[in-house]
Amino acid sequence: MNKIVLSLSLFLLLGTAVQAQKYFTRQGKVSFFSETPVENIEAHNGKATSVVDAESGKMEFAILIKAFQFEKALMQEHFNENYMESSTYPKATFKGQFDNWGSVDLTKDGTYPVDVSGDMTIHGVTQPVKAEGEIVVEGGKVKGHSTFNLTVANYDIEIPSVVRENIAKTVRVDVDVDYQPLDRG
Amino acid sequence: MKYLLPILITALFTMGSQAQEDDLLSLLGEEEETVEYVNAAFKTNRVINLHSLESTSAGVLDIKISHRFGTLNRGAYELFGLDNATIRIGGDYGITDQLTIGLGRSSFQKTYDGFVKYKFLRQSTGAKKMPLTAAFFASTALQTMKWQNPDRENYFSSRLYYTFQMIVGRKFSESFSLQLSPTVVHRNLVKTSAESNDVFALAAAGRIKITKRLALNAEYIYVLPDQLLPGFRNSLSVGFDIETGGHVFQLHFTNSTSMIAPGFVAQTVENWGDGGIHFGFNVSRVFTVVKPKFD
Repeated sequence: MNKIVLSLSLFLLLGTAVQAQKYFTRQGKVSFFSETPVENIEAHNGKATSVVDAESGKMEFAILIKAFQFEKALMQEHFNENYMESSTYPKATFKGQFDNWGSVDLTKDGTYPVDVSGDMTIHGVTQPVKAEGEIVVEGGKVKGHSTFNLTVANYDIEIPSVVRENIAKTVRVDVDVDYQPLDRG
Repeated sequence: MKYLLPILITALFTMGSQAQEDDLLSLLGEEEETVEYVNAAFKTNRVINLHSLESTSAGVLDIKISHRFGTLNRGAYELFGLDNATIRIGGDYGITDQLTIGLGRSSFQKTYDGFVKYKFLRQSTGAKKMPLTAAFFASTALQTMKWQNPDRENYFSSRLYYTFQMIVGRKFSESFSLQLSPTVVHRNLVKTSAESNDVFALAAAGRIKITKRLALNAEYIYVLPDQLLPGFRNSLSVGFDIETGGHVFQLHFTNSTSMIAPGFVAQTVENWGDGGIHFGFNVSRVFTVVKPKFD
């Protein structure tokens, strides 16, 4: 009896210790690009937070809309005031998982193509999103990269007719993240 | 056995709690609070004639073309004032997000003006809470009309006007902003000894945002009594801001002809009561001269 309880306890404790490995960042880079014949618009945000659970392959992202920086100050103001309404909807979030997490080995250097799927919430509207990306493991460091497209109209973002020619219906989003192991103190 | 059971229970609980972690981001704990500055209390750096709480952003040149037509009470013969126009052409430039400089030339009394505006308090929430925005504004105006009495000795300094103003206000909500501006206009030369060289006034201005791209603005400038001759009036203006991509169109009605402080504070003569109202507009177009660096 004693032995059974002992081995069960040890197993569970070890199990938890191994499973606890998570990776995070607070400085993830997220950029988007809108390209039309009239003008190209891009915005950059270097303050995305993200956590990846290395055991389950689940991941989350959160980003402050106000932290997006534009080349044109007025554009940044309009982005916040008129389109994203960032005082009402301060954050965009993504909750999802790597669909082929089994093929990623974080203990071995390499570039692993990954498929990500989950729920993207922007401007208070949640939509399912699928994206392709890469996990790069290099000397124990874990990096993630993905490029995908978002359709502006899916998120109830209203674009008035005067600037309809200036803003693309689909914007390209680039995500670039250097993860660090999360110490759980 | 006595010790192992609690360990087992603890281990089981730890397992349990980990299995339920579906909110991964909460593992990072409380986010560091950042300072969030409140932006866009007004659509542009002018309310109508008055300077608003807003500054021109760093590296941005804001070209402004402003018209005030004649008064509505001129009737159909002058198409309700549209046959006459007073104009100011100017440019404002943001040296930093808080420091703006500007130059302009008004057809009203052929006046050049230059200003400096420094926003020293910024309304903010988050890590630093500041309920108000406050700016200091100083301008010099140079009137270049021909001397009325060329025969007597005229001084260059007689052409100069100075304005000093504090602009204090708050964006109370997304749709409502209000500001107060204690103002002094100094005139080196006045026509009669009954007029004071320094004119003290208190200006109030507000905005109600009607839709995302349309706002209703109003401003009133109360000149303290016994400084101006009878016949001079307080300036009252009401108008709309219409915003498109890079332009802001301000369409308004005002009893002032001039678009700079020495004029609209101390030289407003028309009266709303008898139709002495000018239709007018300011058109603002911004150009990004210096592109910001991204973090």
